[in-house]
Amino acid sequence: MSDIDIEQYKITEEPFYEVQEDEVALYEAAYDARLPVMIKGPTGCGKSRFIEHMAYKLGKPLITVACNEDMTASDLVGRYLLDANGTRWLDGPLTTAARIGAICYLDEIVEARQDTTVVIHPLTDHRRTLPLDKKGELIEAHPDFQLVISYNPGYQSLMKDLKQSTKQRFTGLDFDYPDSKVETAIVAKEASIDEEVAGRLVKIAHTARHLKGHGLDEGISTRLLVYAATLMNKGIEAKRACHMALVNPITDDKDIRSTLIHSIDTIFG
Amino acid sequence: MTTEVTTEYPHHRKQLKCSFEQIEDCFDDYMKDALRNLSNDGVSQYLSGASLVCMIGRGWEPVSIYLEEMPQMAKRVGEPILEIVSKHVWDMSRSPNGKAIPPFMQCLPEASRRLGTLEQMQHFFDILFDMLDKTTTSVHGHHKTHSSQGFLVLLNQIPYLLSQLSLEGLKNWIEYGVRNYSDHPERQKDYFSIQSADAKAMLQRERHGTLYMDNERKLDMYMRSMWQAEEYFVPYSLGFDELRKPQPYYDELGMRVPDVYDDLKGVRGINRYRLTLAHMAAHKRWTERQVADNLSPFQRIAVEAFEDSRIEQLIIREYPGLKKYFLALHPAPIEGDCESEKESCVRHRLAMFSRAVLDENHGYQNPDILEYLEKFQDALQDGESSTKEMLNLAVSFTAKTRRQSDLLPRVRFENTEIDYRDDNRHMWLFIEESDEPEDDTSEPQSSETVEPEGLPPRHYHEWDYNTTSFKPDWVTLYESLHAPGNASVIDSILEKHSALANYLKRILDLLKPQQYTRVRYQEDGSELDLDIAIRSLIDFKSGSQPDPRINMSHEHSGRDFAVLLLMDLSASLNDVPDGCTQSILELSREAVTLLGWSIEQLGDKFAIAGFHSDTRHNVRYHHIKGFSEHWDDSVKARLAALEPGFSTRMGAAVRHASHYLEGQKADKKLLLILTDGEPADIDVSDDKLLIEDTHKAVDELSSKGIHTHCITLDKKADDYIQDIFGPGGYSVIDHVEKLPEKLPLLFTALTS
Repeated sequence: MSDIDIEQYKITEEPFYEVQEDEVALYEAAYDARLPVMIKGPTGCGKSRFIEHMAYKLGKPLITVACNEDMTASDLVGRYLLDANGTRWLDGPLTTAARIGAICYLDEIVEARQDTTVVIHPLTDHRRTLPLDKKGELIEAHPDFQLVISYNPGYQSLMKDLKQSTKQRFTGLDFDYPDSKVETAIVAKEASIDEEVAGRLVKIAHTARHLKGHGLDEGISTRLLVYAATLMNKGIEAKRACHMALVNPITDDKDIRSTLIHSIDTIFG
Repeated sequence: MTTEVTTEYPHHRKQLKCSFEQIEDCFDDYMKDALRNLSNDGVSQYLSGASLVCMIGRGWEPVSIYLEEMPQMAKRVGEPILEIVSKHVWDMSRSPNGKAIPPFMQCLPEASRRLGTLEQMQHFFDILFDMLDKTTTSVHGHHKTHSSQGFLVLLNQIPYLLSQLSLEGLKNWIEYGVRNYSDHPERQKDYFSIQSADAKAMLQRERHGTLYMDNERKLDMYMRSMWQAEEYFVPYSLGFDELRKPQPYYDELGMRVPDVYDDLKGVRGINRYRLTLAHMAAHKRWTERQVADNLSPFQRIAVEAFEDSRIEQLIIREYPGLKKYFLALHPAPIEGDCESEKESCVRHRLAMFSRAVLDENHGYQNPDILEYLEKFQDALQDGESSTKEMLNLAVSFTAKTRRQSDLLPRVRFENTEIDYRDDNRHMWLFIEESDEPEDDTSEPQSSETVEPEGLPPRHYHEWDYNTTSFKPDWVTLYESLHAPGNASVIDSILEKHSALANYLKRILDLLKPQQYTRVRYQEDGSELDLDIAIRSLIDFKSGSQPDPRINMSHEHSGRDFAVLLLMDLSASLNDVPDGCTQSILELSREAVTLLGWSIEQLGDKFAIAGFHSDTRHNVRYHHIKGFSEHWDDSVKARLAALEPGFSTRMGAAVRHASHYLEGQKADKKLLLILTDGEPADIDVSDDKLLIEDTHKAVDELSSKGIHTHCITLDKKADDYIQDIFGPGGYSVIDHVEKLPEKLPLLFTALTS
């Protein structure tokens, strides 16, 4: 299996990431010891960007798997395929990562069913192995291999939670939307927009975040703010851009829409 | 007649055929007004109209109102109004309602100001005279002999009603009163003088503007999202307190806001609410309490004004977009408008200052105002300043601008009222007890409102098919626990029917595991799912990756029912039907016992309640078994003690039962109604009314996803039952003695 092109998993350009606190140092320490890391936080607050940033910084390949509920264990570890000559084994992304020593990032892990998630267990403790029982092979993880999962504790239902036995195999980093100053800087830089305008966008986001749990499942994310700013860069008038990027996607609730539109109106004057 | 001597308009005076003495004094003034406002045609119409009003013989008053008000009114809405009014007055004088002419004339100027066009006025007259026609009663057949009781009081309320309602709302409001009270003069009076509860309720419903009730959630969200505050709002009505003019305020119990805001000066009602709340929220955030004892009332007003301005500036800093609303709503007092020799200008000055803070283009020249404006702006230059600083500024402002005339009793209020501001009661701390009398709220409430038992009453609307509208809060429903009796009665019933119980048990056992559901897309499963397998094979043959999840398995899905059995406990349950030895009540009790027992076996969510009614003011709803209660002795005891009485007002009970079912989490919700007759009550003479209302209630339930099924013991039910419950929504049990057997079977049939 040496014909895997490692380079394709490498991140070549530095992704923009604004450090919030000490998360970089914490992550580096965890990577140094190859401890598995779990990243929690609301959607669009920069979890994936952070991992990309770290993979770039450490110079390691990154394999990202977006989890969904139809995903099975074979989708992670690999399966036999039929071909003209019989059958052929195909590695799944987790197996590939373990072989080449990549950072394997399982995005939104709780979306996967619980019986799927247990396959990562042997990779996450002292064994650092991955048994491929169908193939009859036991893979020793590459020394550089690290497993990172992310999940959003906010919107999932009670049914979708990680098992304790899974949770307790990870170290955790708690992410939240950055504080207004940092978030303003992020929006300004990412969408190359005026700091002042970015500040107003952040203020709108804050009004929406206060409504979380009162009709909104999730507040306006940093990602949406960047979208709004990008639209404004394209010459769209501020309020219209906000309606398109900040109001329409997140809710259909009439009252919430009215409240958000009012706050956009008062903040953009 | 002395006309020739006094008037400058002898020609016109001749056209006015009227000989009241009072006319001579003011005829010239009237004519001046008329000639200024009316065309030549109009003037002659005006004079002939006045002559007509004069001829009716109702004294000088109607004539004087006509002469005085009509020119202005005609100018406002058009000259045809002259003739219309005099015609209506003439008609009224020929009816028993002559007394109503002066109040009718009096309400016209206000009405024309509000309505503004001839067309609107026409509609207005149509509404009024339609009402008059319907409420003028006759005793023996065709002659209208008795004057309308409601019309007089209605006319007195017209200015207020028009300030609250659109014309359409007025029409609905009046029609409602006419419909319900046309044959009850006293109640009619109560209604049209807006004294009775349903007059107020109806008025509330027809009001224009942005109602608090409709926007509560939005406002809650507004406070949460933009002010991070969780507030309790208490709406107050502007409608019934003309003199005091309540203002918004807040205290520990919550924020008081008006129950309705009209759009004003281009600011929508909802935004006026938001502005009012923003103002109060800003006080909460930035205002510190100040000791009031050392300040005079004038100083306090000034401090309040300065502080209000300060927090508004802070609000605008936070949310610049609010400025346009402030500017729109804040009055712009005109400099020099207040005559300081004749009236107190304190409010005027402060309003000017407050305007100047808000509006850079205020254009005021007053040096004091400009000086303090600068000081104010300096204070807020860097930072938020503080209430204390405002207090000092305001006190020195008061000292500097004090005038002798400030103490005059006549205070200029015009253009100084800022209606989104609260009354600032939260700002002050009184150390010594005030010598002003305060309304004492610390007195313990007297215990007059102690309810004898049960929960507080609930009100339900009732459908009126005649008008296809709801009567708001029409029915009062009291819910209480049914008094317990002897639980062993129920156990003995089960023993008596043990054979039937065994039979039921066999059926129930069959029922318990409900249908299977298929779970597809399984990699491992009990069966091959051919559809998917073939699709995978095709994928594979065509060279793409096949989906390996080609199996399926089966799962039970559990029963998920919530059932509420509503028993009619009206007096007729005491009857013993022909050929039976037991009363309907006893049979029903046996049936319900068996049903309750069976459902407990099945494990469905199940509740039992009974109801009966004694007029719309007293619908009793008896709680017998709740969803969370088990089939235990306390439930059996209540069931054993069932006691029938009174009538069957079904709609309210159904609505009440539905609110319990709504609260249940279940896939299927079922309301079972066990009754022995049609809905009826002693205060309703129209049989169809309650039938239609129950039908409406059933419709309401079905729109909430609750299925209703009625089991009736009335053999003649076919006449009406389908109208209420629709085809398939009912079962008629012909042999009442079979009920205990039929009911559980019916239930199992319904739910399997």
